[in-house]
Amino acid sequence: MADAVLFEFLHTEMVAELWAQGPDPGPGVSAGPRRVGGGSEGRDEKGRKMNLSVLEGMGFRVGQALGERLPQETLAFREELDVLRFLCRDLWVAVFQKQMDGQRTHHQGTYVLQDSSFPLLVPMASGLQYLEEAPKFLAFTCGLLRGTLSTLGIESSVTASTAALPTCKFQVVIQQP
Amino acid sequence: MAVCVAVIAKENYPLYIRSTPTENELKFHYMVHTSLDVVDEKVSAMGKALVDQRELYLGLLYPTEDYKVYGYVTNSKVKFVMVVDSSNTALRDNEIRSMFRKLHNSYTDVMCNPFYNPGDRIQSSGNLGISLSCRAFDTMVTSMMIQVC
Repeated sequence: MADAVLFEFLHTEMVAELWAQGPDPGPGVSAGPRRVGGGSEGRDEKGRKMNLSVLEGMGFRVGQALGERLPQETLAFREELDVLRFLCRDLWVAVFQKQMDGQRTHHQGTYVLQDSSFPLLVPMASGLQYLEEAPKFLAFTCGLLRGTLSTLGIESSVTASTAALPTCKFQVVIQQP
Repeated sequence: MAVCVAVIAKENYPLYIRSTPTENELKFHYMVHTSLDVVDEKVSAMGKALVDQRELYLGLLYPTEDYKVYGYVTNSKVKFVMVVDSSNTALRDNEIRSMFRKLHNSYTDVMCNPFYNPGDRIQSSGNLGISLSCRAFDTMVTSMMIQVC
């Protein structure tokens, strides 16, 4: 079944395309250098940060639509934990064809979702190689989680971290109103 | 046969509201507005009752002498309210449920349209991108108002 890899290829290209629009346009990109002001280091930093938030924004919009479509047949969610369980099971299965491995709750509305073999990181490496490249491959998924939570009525902020590829942890902090 | 169909966002403002006899539209707007209280009541009642089944379809919200009002809540707290004519006694619960399911499907399609910003009104504006799936939504609601489906 080639279905799973289609999204992986698309995601890889998305990251490559949006990342390359830094001060140093990569091959096949027609964007000019970004003029954010300051020295070249300042431009580099700001350009990179903006790219990550663009990726995250894309994930957010996709998450909003998925948050509407996926729970269509399920019954109404009664509490936060139901929603988190939905994320780990149904959302992950729909997007990555596997369930999330672990979910831990800290107090004050912080959840840590752990995936020991995250499908978008698996093709890259196993271990400590490319650790500094990992964040940009996780930005879209952070936005995805945030968007789905937002449609289901939970405002949150999601960050991701990797200790060793392909394990990664998503930290969901729920904003209290 | 629906006389009025409304889609209400989770912040309780209308995303879409349309009624067939176009005169006296205000009456239907008021009916939908008052039904929001009933919807909230039913949702909180469902939350307190320790029932395993938690349905999206809320059923008959309240009857008036001419009309009956039905409600449905999605998981994203978007409410659908439908007003039907009381004289049309042939309408069974199943048919209302299927009408709501169609509404939910069309609403999901509008949400998945990349040119639609969540929270905007669902209307066919001059912009071609938005109006395509909103037109489909409009057409679907029109078909619900002309005949029972």
